[in-house]
Amino acid sequence: MIDYSYDIEMVKGRIEKGIRTNNRKDDEYREIKIETGILKNAAGSAKVTLGKTMIYAGTKLEIGTPYPDTPEEGGITVGVELSPIGAPEFYAGPPSETSIELSRVVDRGIREAKTIDFKKLLLVPKEKAWFVYVDIYVMNHDGNLFDACQIAAMAALKTTKIPKIDEDFNQIKGEYAGNLKLEKLPVLNTYSKISNKIILDPDLNEDYATEARLSIAIDDNLNICALQKGEKGFFTQEELKEIIKTSKKKYKEMRKIFEKL
Amino acid sequence: MVKKRVDGREMNELRPIKIVPSVIERADGSAYLEWGQNKMIVAVYGPKEMLPKHLADSQRGKINFIYRMAPFSVPERKNPKPGRRDIEISKVVGEALSHAVLLEEFPGMVIDVYVQILDSNAGTRVAALTASSVALADAGIPMKDLVTAVAVGKANGNIIADLNKYEEDAEDAVDMAFAMLPGSEEIVLLQADGILSEDEFDKAIKIAKEKCQEVKKLQIEALKSKFKALKE
Repeated sequence: MIDYSYDIEMVKGRIEKGIRTNNRKDDEYREIKIETGILKNAAGSAKVTLGKTMIYAGTKLEIGTPYPDTPEEGGITVGVELSPIGAPEFYAGPPSETSIELSRVVDRGIREAKTIDFKKLLLVPKEKAWFVYVDIYVMNHDGNLFDACQIAAMAALKTTKIPKIDEDFNQIKGEYAGNLKLEKLPVLNTYSKISNKIILDPDLNEDYATEARLSIAIDDNLNICALQKGEKGFFTQEELKEIIKTSKKKYKEMRKIFEKL
Repeated sequence: MVKKRVDGREMNELRPIKIVPSVIERADGSAYLEWGQNKMIVAVYGPKEMLPKHLADSQRGKINFIYRMAPFSVPERKNPKPGRRDIEISKVVGEALSHAVLLEEFPGMVIDVYVQILDSNAGTRVAALTASSVALADAGIPMKDLVTAVAVGKANGNIIADLNKYEEDAEDAVDMAFAMLPGSEEIVLLQADGILSEDEFDKAIKIAKEKCQEVKKLQIEALKSKFKALKE
């Protein structure tokens, strides 16, 4: 296994001097590659690589009963699986704290931006509505799983087809009635604070050296729709201001990635 | 007139197979495999210390083989928790691999082999086994031979190789998972459900052996291409 204790000090030293791998700027993403429509059994699917981080996401739609407090709405469930394929530190077994946090942060950004109009998923009030399941697999962990998983989720959702149903609400195998409509295209940006510097899209070594982490989801109106601070360090108000400013600047460039799909 | 199968294949024709080794940067060995509509990734981690220690065998190493299907890999969404089928497949496929790996060289250690099925249409266990032996070779794990697997069986009165989902659902369907070491023809996996006469069984085994030799060539080509790529 890789000894990160050495790498942490090295990364800190490099960040202090403003050096990142491949001369990456502090607010620059690694190369993002997206393939969609790759899995036939999935309603929508995507393979995303962010640098060497590799993610597969697939969606499924099922008919369920609306919740009593939202009788005219369907819903969405996001799950992230840290597959033991993806890193020696991932184990097979029940979801870890890390995977639960990841799932919830990705879910919140998409949900709070109202990416999907849950009312449009309704089939019969109080009785039947579509529920969208997004399952995300981390297949190679090279840092910043938050943004990589969010991109994979958005790419799979954007290319999701709604199954055709018969009059008894049974899905007709292999036939589709149309595409899932995304009302908004939220973008998630994750920052690491290392040696009092703030960098976007931490790679694996930077992830391990992170003192404080912030994920921020920005919606189409450049409003903040979700925030999550992690790790044991802290941010000052000025730092947060700077992060928000950067993310608002980044939004357009990131949105284009989803628009193209 | 020559009868053909529902997808246009000959009776003993395999679906297209694509194998790419070394796809997972952080794993010690890995492979991506497509077999018809089946798509999967295999990663190998190890050999490493077996934990907890009471599970270790002081005489030889162990293979810890884990087979999982993604919820979106099947027509009806599957619960992400492993089911009884996942666990049974993990056990028998792991045992099949254990025969090929020189486990006596790794006393007290474990080699983890993880398979994630991303898309499926019948025959995932044999595809997973075929891909796993490529991933083990990619990890540089010493083996007697590769392990090569195919499904054979019966549908609509014909003995056929590599059943697809449609054929698996035939009234008289027999699906037989078969794996061997292609050099010695030692059979390391055999599972079947359905009715076969002895003659039909013999015919199925004969086809399985032939098809394994065909798949072995693809495994070797895939591994060679990796080393060619390294040279360039």
